[in-house]
Amino acid sequence: MLHLSYSGYAALRAHGEETYPHECCGVLLGNSVPDGNRVRQIVRAGNTRTDRAHDRYNIAPEELIRIQRQARTLGLDIVGFYHSHPDCPAQWSQTDFNEAHWVGCSYVITRVDRGQAAVTNSFLLTGTSEEDKKFLDEPVEIEVNEQHIEQEKGHA
Amino acid sequence: MKINIPTPLRAYTGGQQTVTVPGATVAEALQALTAAYADLRNHLYTPEGKLRSFVNLYLNDDDIRYLPQKESTPVEESDELTIIPSIAGGVAAICNLFCS
Repeated sequence: MLHLSYSGYAALRAHGEETYPHECCGVLLGNSVPDGNRVRQIVRAGNTRTDRAHDRYNIAPEELIRIQRQARTLGLDIVGFYHSHPDCPAQWSQTDFNEAHWVGCSYVITRVDRGQAAVTNSFLLTGTSEEDKKFLDEPVEIEVNEQHIEQEKGHA
Repeated sequence: MKINIPTPLRAYTGGQQTVTVPGATVAEALQALTAAYADLRNHLYTPEGKLRSFVNLYLNDDDIRYLPQKESTPVEESDELTIIPSIAGGVAAICNLFCS
């Protein structure tokens, strides 16, 4: 199970809309919990694949190290990553699988159709090595706090 | 020196985020690391003993691949080595299946 606040969920989907028709990417900071990962903070990252940003993403290791340091100061860990699939399903691709190496982390993918975020799914990378790794469908629990509900009522 | 361990590899260091190992060079520090935590070896190196292509090693803020002496670079006790697996992907393959 991936536990994600509504604001975090909205933020990563908005990122995909902003970068459309290119893929967005970012890092999920949080903690491991008994039933999965709990996200506390979403950190946007730059997509270094400017040569084909419409169908590839890559986070520079230097940026990842900076984000990891930031996480440590907050008492958090890297628990996952997110990216978008412009005009394509929110399912992991063979490229996603080949390039996935963070076992135990959640890989969140949002389909963005013509600039509008559609389906968002999460996949947990499991296994004990590169040879036996696999993605499992991971349920996502969106946590909506009372303050947010009040804000929504205010906008209604 | 200190070695920062990424989330997926902490299962092999007893949950430690950072481990301290002896060594006068990057290579010696890595050797000390895999000697102390033998299960890490398979995750860092191929069966042929080469560093796996997706494993990035940074000495402080420098990618060791671009240091003149690479893994033979001398290190001080105050240096930090960070192991950071790459993160990449993209829709390419699936799009050919579903979107064309």
